[in-house]
Amino acid sequence: MNDVLDVALRLIAVFVAFLVLPLVVGQAEHKVMAHMQGRLGPMHAGGFHGWAQLVADGVKFAQKEDIVPADADRRIFQLAPAVALLPYLLVLVVIPVGPGESAVGQSIDAGLFYVLAVMGIGVLGSLMAGWASANKFSLLGGMRTAAQLLAYELPMLLAAASVAMAAGTVSLSGVLGAFHWWWVPWQLVGGVVFFVAGLAELQRPPFDMPIADSEIIFGAYTEYTGLRFALFLLAEYAGIVVLSGLTAVLFLGGWHGPFGADGLGWVWTLLKTAVLAFVVIWLRVSYPRLREDQLQKLAWTVLIPLALAQIALTGVVKVVIS
Amino acid sequence: MSPIPGSGLAKGLAVTLRTMTRKTVTEQYPEALPELPPRSRGVIGLFEENCTVCMLCARECPDWCIYIDSHKETMPPVAPGGRERSRNVLDRFAIDFALCMYCGICIEVCPFDALFWSPEFEYAETDIRELTHERDKLRDWMWTVPEPPALDPSSEEPKEVAAARKAAERLAQQESGTHPDTQDGTRPGTQPGTRPGTQDAARPDTQGGAHPDRQDTVHPGGDGGPGQVGPPPEGDGGSRQDGRRPGDGRNSPQDGPEGDSA
Ligand code: SF4
Ligand code: SF4
Repeated sequence: MNDVLDVALRLIAVFVAFLVLPLVVGQAEHKVMAHMQGRLGPMHAGGFHGWAQLVADGVKFAQKEDIVPADADRRIFQLAPAVALLPYLLVLVVIPVGPGESAVGQSIDAGLFYVLAVMGIGVLGSLMAGWASANKFSLLGGMRTAAQLLAYELPMLLAAASVAMAAGTVSLSGVLGAFHWWWVPWQLVGGVVFFVAGLAELQRPPFDMPIADSEIIFGAYTEYTGLRFALFLLAEYAGIVVLSGLTAVLFLGGWHGPFGADGLGWVWTLLKTAVLAFVVIWLRVSYPRLREDQLQKLAWTVLIPLALAQIALTGVVKVVIS
Repeated sequence: MSPIPGSGLAKGLAVTLRTMTRKTVTEQYPEALPELPPRSRGVIGLFEENCTVCMLCARECPDWCIYIDSHKETMPPVAPGGRERSRNVLDRFAIDFALCMYCGICIEVCPFDALFWSPEFEYAETDIRELTHERDKLRDWMWTVPEPPALDPSSEEPKEVAAARKAAERLAQQESGTHPDTQDGTRPGTQPGTRPGTQDAARPDTQGGAHPDRQDTVHPGGDGGPGQVGPPPEGDGGSRQDGRRPGDGRNSPQDGPEGDSA
C-alpha cells in the first residue's frame, strides 16, 4: 500500500514538473528572445511583464476549432500529437534529479537505453503528422524530419555510448555515481555532440528545416489547429527540458555541485538544466536556419567523426586509468 | 575566412548576449505616446477661414478623395450705388482618409494656407466608410498642428517680413520728412491704379506674423477693390493720404471701422 502511494506521489510530481517546466522554458524563450533582439516581448497578459502569456495562449488554443482534413488519415493524424508529447513525459520519469533513490521518478537499470529509445519515438510524432496530413508541405516536412532523424540519432547515440563506457554502466544514477569533476573536460566533445544532435532531434532552430515556416509553411504541423497544435508546441518545450536535463545529468554531473552539498543536489540539477535551456534559446536567436544539405553535412562530416573520436578517447583514458 | 574556424559563430553568440544586457528600444505605444516629429503626416487639418473654395486641392488630389461643395452668395454693394459682389461659401469639405495616400499634394498646392499636416494619427474606425471626415473634424485637427519651425538664423528673411520692414523704414523716413516727395516719385508707375504705399505701409503695424495671408482672406471683399484676396483694408491712412483712386472716397466709410487701427 505504501509503495503504491509512493509511486503515485512520484508520478504526480513528475507530471507537475512536466506541465510546469516547459511553460517556464517557453516564457523564458519569449523574454530572452525579445531582449536579445532589443525588444520587450509579451508585456500584458498577467500582471508582471506578461508572465501569463503562455496561459493566455493555452486558452486561445483551446478555443480554436479542431480540424481534421478530409483526406487525412484520421486516426494517425489525431494520434500524432500524443506520440510526439508522451515520450518526453516517459523520459522525465527516469531522469535523476537528486542523489539517492528518493529524487528520481523511477530508476531503471538500463536508464540510458530507455531514455534514448523513448526519445527517438518523439520524432515519430512529426513523421506521423507529416504523412497523415495529406498535404504536400506536411509530407515534405515529414520527409525532412525522417532525414534529420536518421542523421542525428547516430551521433547522439555515440556520444551517449561514450559516457556509458566511461561510467561502465547504462544506468543514469550509475553514471552520476561514477562522476568526477574532470569528466567535464574529458567528455566535453561528446557533450557538445550530444547537445547539438539533441537540438536537431527537437527540430529547434537552427535545425528547424522540417518545419521551416518560410518555405514549407509549418512542415508536418501545417494542418494542425487548436489544442493538437498546442501539444506539438508543448512537445517541443518538453523536449528542451528533457534534452537539457539529460545533458546536465550525463555530461555535467547532474546533482554534483562544486561544494558537495548533496542535500541541495536537485537545485544543481535544475540550475544546470536551466542554463542549458537558456543556451538552447540563445542558439535559436543567434543562428539562421541551416540549409538541408548543410544540415546533413554537419551531422555526417562533423558530429559523427567527433563522437567516434570521443569514444576512442574515452576508451584510451579508460584503459590508462584502470 | 576568419582566422579561427568557428570564431564567427562565437561572435554571433556574443552579439545576442550583449544585446540582451542592453536597454530595449521598444516604445510601449498605448501607454507611452510616441514623440512624433512635427512634420509627421498623421492627418490633414483644415483651417476653414483661409479656404476660398478654389478647388485646387480637390483637383490636384491624385486619389480624388477631397469633397468640396460650395454655393455662391451675393454680397450687397459695399456702398450705396455700387455693384453687388459674389463670393463662394464653403458648404462641405471632407477628406476620405480611406483613399488618401498621404502624398501631401493638397497641402502643397493650397495657395491660401488652408490645409496643414497634423501629427495626430489615432483616428482608426471599425467601418471604412467612417473614415471620410467632414470639416468639423478636420477643423478639430487643425488645433493639433504644431507651430511651424523657426527659420534658420542665417536664412533669408521671409518675403512678407522683408516687405513689411522696408515699408516701415520708408514710412519712418517719410514721417521724419527727410525726402517727402522722393517717396512717391520713386515708384510712380509700379502699380498703376493701385494705392502706392498702402499695402506696404499697413502691414508692419497690424501683422507681420507667420501667416499674413490668413488674415487677408478672412475678410474677402472687405476692401471694395477688384481683387477678392487682395490687400486688406487696413491701409486707410495711406490711401487717404495719396487720394489717387477715385473709389477711395467711396470706400472710406466702409473701411473705416476695420482699418482705423492703422
Ligand atoms: S494627401 Fe494626397 S491623397 Fe490625401 S487628400 Fe491630399 S492630395 Fe489627396
Ligand atoms: S486649395 Fe486650399 S483654398 Fe483652395 S479649396 Fe483647397 S483648401 Fe480651400
